[in-house]
Formats: sequence, C-alpha cells, structure tokens
Amino acid sequence: MKEIFVIILSAMLIDNFVLSKFMGICSFLGVSKKINSAVGMGAAVVFVMVCATLVTFPVYTLLLEPNGLEYLRTLAFILIIALFVQLVEIVLKKIVPPLYKALGVYLPLITTNCAILGVTLINIDKELSFGGAVANAFGGGLGFTLALLLFSGVRSRMETCNVPETFKGVPITLIAASIVSLSFMGFAGML
Amino acid sequence: MFQTYILPIIIFAVLGVAAGVLLTVASKVFAVKTDERLDELNEALPQINCGSCGYSGCGDYASAILNGAPTNMCKPGGDKASQKISEIMGVEFADVTEEVAFVRCAGTCNTTTWKYNYDGVQTCKASNRFYNGSKTCTSGCLGFGDCVRTCPNDAISIKDGIAVVDPSVCVGCSMCVKECPNNLITMKPATQKIDVVCMSTALGKVTKAICKSGCIGCKICEKKCPSEAIKVENNFATIDYSKCTQCGICAESCPVGAIQKA
Repeated sequence: MKEIFVIILSAMLIDNFVLSKFMGICSFLGVSKKINSAVGMGAAVVFVMVCATLVTFPVYTLLLEPNGLEYLRTLAFILIIALFVQLVEIVLKKIVPPLYKALGVYLPLITTNCAILGVTLINIDKELSFGGAVANAFGGGLGFTLALLLFSGVRSRMETCNVPETFKGVPITLIAASIVSLSFMGFAGML
Repeated sequence: MFQTYILPIIIFAVLGVAAGVLLTVASKVFAVKTDERLDELNEALPQINCGSCGYSGCGDYASAILNGAPTNMCKPGGDKASQKISEIMGVEFADVTEEVAFVRCAGTCNTTTWKYNYDGVQTCKASNRFYNGSKTCTSGCLGFGDCVRTCPNDAISIKDGIAVVDPSVCVGCSMCVKECPNNLITMKPATQKIDVVCMSTALGKVTKAICKSGCIGCKICEKKCPSEAIKVENNFATIDYSKCTQCGICAESCPVGAIQKA
C-alpha cells in the first residue's frame, strides 16, 4: 500500500509529466485557458491513461513479451490509446455535451498526447508490477490535471496583467509555463 | 517463421478487430440523435467555413439556425442559400445583402515608388516587417498576394503591383479582410460602384509626394457630396455606403483621382 502511494505521489509531483518531463505540452498550453475545461481535460486524460495502462500492460506482458515482439509495443500501445480516446469522445458527446464542446479539438488530440504513450512505455521500462503501473498512470494523470489547473490559474491572473507588447500571447505563456516548471523542480529528490 | 512473421500479424489483426467491434458497439449505444434538418442545412451552406456570418464555420451556423439565428447571414451562399434555408426551416425568405471585397489602394507600379529592393520571404506580412514594406507609402498594398492565397474562389489577382478583386467572382466571404496587414480590404455592398482607393494616413503633402493616386485629404469631395456621405478622417476620405447615392460628383471633383467609379 505504501509503495502504491509513493508511486502515485512521485508520478504526480516529482516526475510530473508536463512540468518535469515536458510531455503533452500542446494540450497543456491549449486547454489551460479556462479552469472548467482544464478540469474536464484532466479527467479525460486520467481516464485514458488508466484505461490504456489496464490494457497495454497485459498486452505487453502476456502477448508481446513472451513472443519476443517487444519492438512492436509502440504500435500496439498507440492502437489501444486511439481506441480509448475514441471511446471517451463518444461517451462525452452523449453524456456531457458542453464539456465535449469546450474540449473541442484537444479531445481527439489526446491520441497524439505523448504523455499517454509516455506513461504506458515508462510503466514497462520501470519494470513496475501491474498495480504499480496502474498507480503510475493514475498519478501521472493527476499530475497532468494538477499542472493544467495550476497553470489555468496563472493564466487567468495574466489576463488582467499589463503585458509588454513584445511578450503578449504565446511568449508570456511560455515564460510563465517555464517558471511553473521551475517551481516543480523543487520536488526533485524528495523521495 | 511463424513467431517472427505470422504471429505479429495475427496479434494485431485480433487487436484491431476487437477495437473496431468495441467502437462500433459504443457508437450504437451512445448514439446522439441529431436533428435531420441539420444535415440539410449543412448541404445548403457553401461549406467554405469563411466565418463571415459571425459563427466559427458553416456547421456552427447550421446549428445556430436551428436555435433561431437569422436565415440570411450567409453572404457567400447569397439568395440561393437563403432560399434553401428558409424552405428547410419553413420560414419566410429573407434577402441577403451581397457584399464584395474591395482593395482600397491604387498605388500601382506606375503611381508609387520604392524605398528599397525587398528580397526576403515573398509574403505581405514578412515584407511589412521591414519598414512597413518596400513601397514609399507605408499604408498601401504590399503586392505579395497574401489575400490572393486565402481567396477560396481565386477572385483576387495582383495587377501592376497591387491586389485587385474581381467583383463578378467574389462571393463576399471576407476571408481576405483579415489577411491584409495594412487592413486595406473592406467589404462593401455589391451594388456600390464608387469608392475611395486610398487609405493613406500620411499628411496630404507627403501622400502627394509618394503616390500619384493617393488621397490628400483636401475635403473637396466632402464639401461637394450632396448627401453628406463622404467624411475625411485620418487624412483620407471614406464613403458611408448607407448614405451614398452613387451620383459620381465626388469622383469627378477629386483632384488626384483617388475616387474611382467602377
């Protein structure tokens, strides 16, 4: 139990996918404009990460590894991730249409969100157990949500700031993102 | 042989089929009922997603019509689209004011001069970054055709160094308006034949020195116009299309020929 907790915490804070590993920057910058859509996107990413791990882990350990097909894991994982993203899209469209609209193009973009593929591959590389892999995915997803939430707060503050003409728009956003990322470096070596 | 070549194929075929079946089932179970009229509306709209109706695209406008938006907002579709939409929605036909784009510059190769030879990236936006373009006039048409490339109907062409819109081909989508770095392109009613072909904010003396057909802000047109449709602001004249009767007096009285009758 303690191990699982450690894995979740480290995936969330120390090895935060966005702020320490710099994965999934596209959706990080794209959806962090509003807190509502940031929460929605985060939830979708957590769901896809956990589900993808639930399937990719057994597929790798039971199907690919025993047959010496490790080299095909990226292909298999992307297929599975794409499947879950499609599922999330179909379900969201039916159940929460406003969220579906708010996420817009970033929802199908989860497919190409490298944080998802990253988490499934890291699970394998770290040689985690099944429970550990799911915990890692869950923690990674939570970390992604946390990063989005924190950054949407920063951005909503920036809306009211008098930004110099040269830095308006993307430049100041990237600078702010790097400062938030810098603050997360403080967690390094905590565990 | 089996393990190296055939097994991976089998594994991925099974995975793919399983994913396909799962998605098909999910899309049936979670199917969202859409209004049948939505498809018909989408068909009636031109689908060029120009955004001149004020919505983000044709699909967005179609769903807005279902929620009660006016039926005559699609300018590229014109009366034809409006007719179809009103039939689908069962409402009275509403006329569309057709608009065409117009480039408000006449600084051709013959009338204006150059500050330097520009040899950089061949777009208006890039050229505009170097001292507002290579032409001596800083508010004129840059002539690299950013608008030409956006036009979905090839209605714009570069003639004598400036962009010219062919009003018979232009459908009024206003996509070019956003492209021009000098904001020279305006939308005007298709029936409007007279317009000022300059937007130079420089003082009259300066404009006269750099361009033969630039508006010098002399206000003769403003005084002569019988319907008070012309106003000179920021050193150039602008016609209020809603007041203009197209009498042509302004075009005749302009000393520099900056008001042209098409």
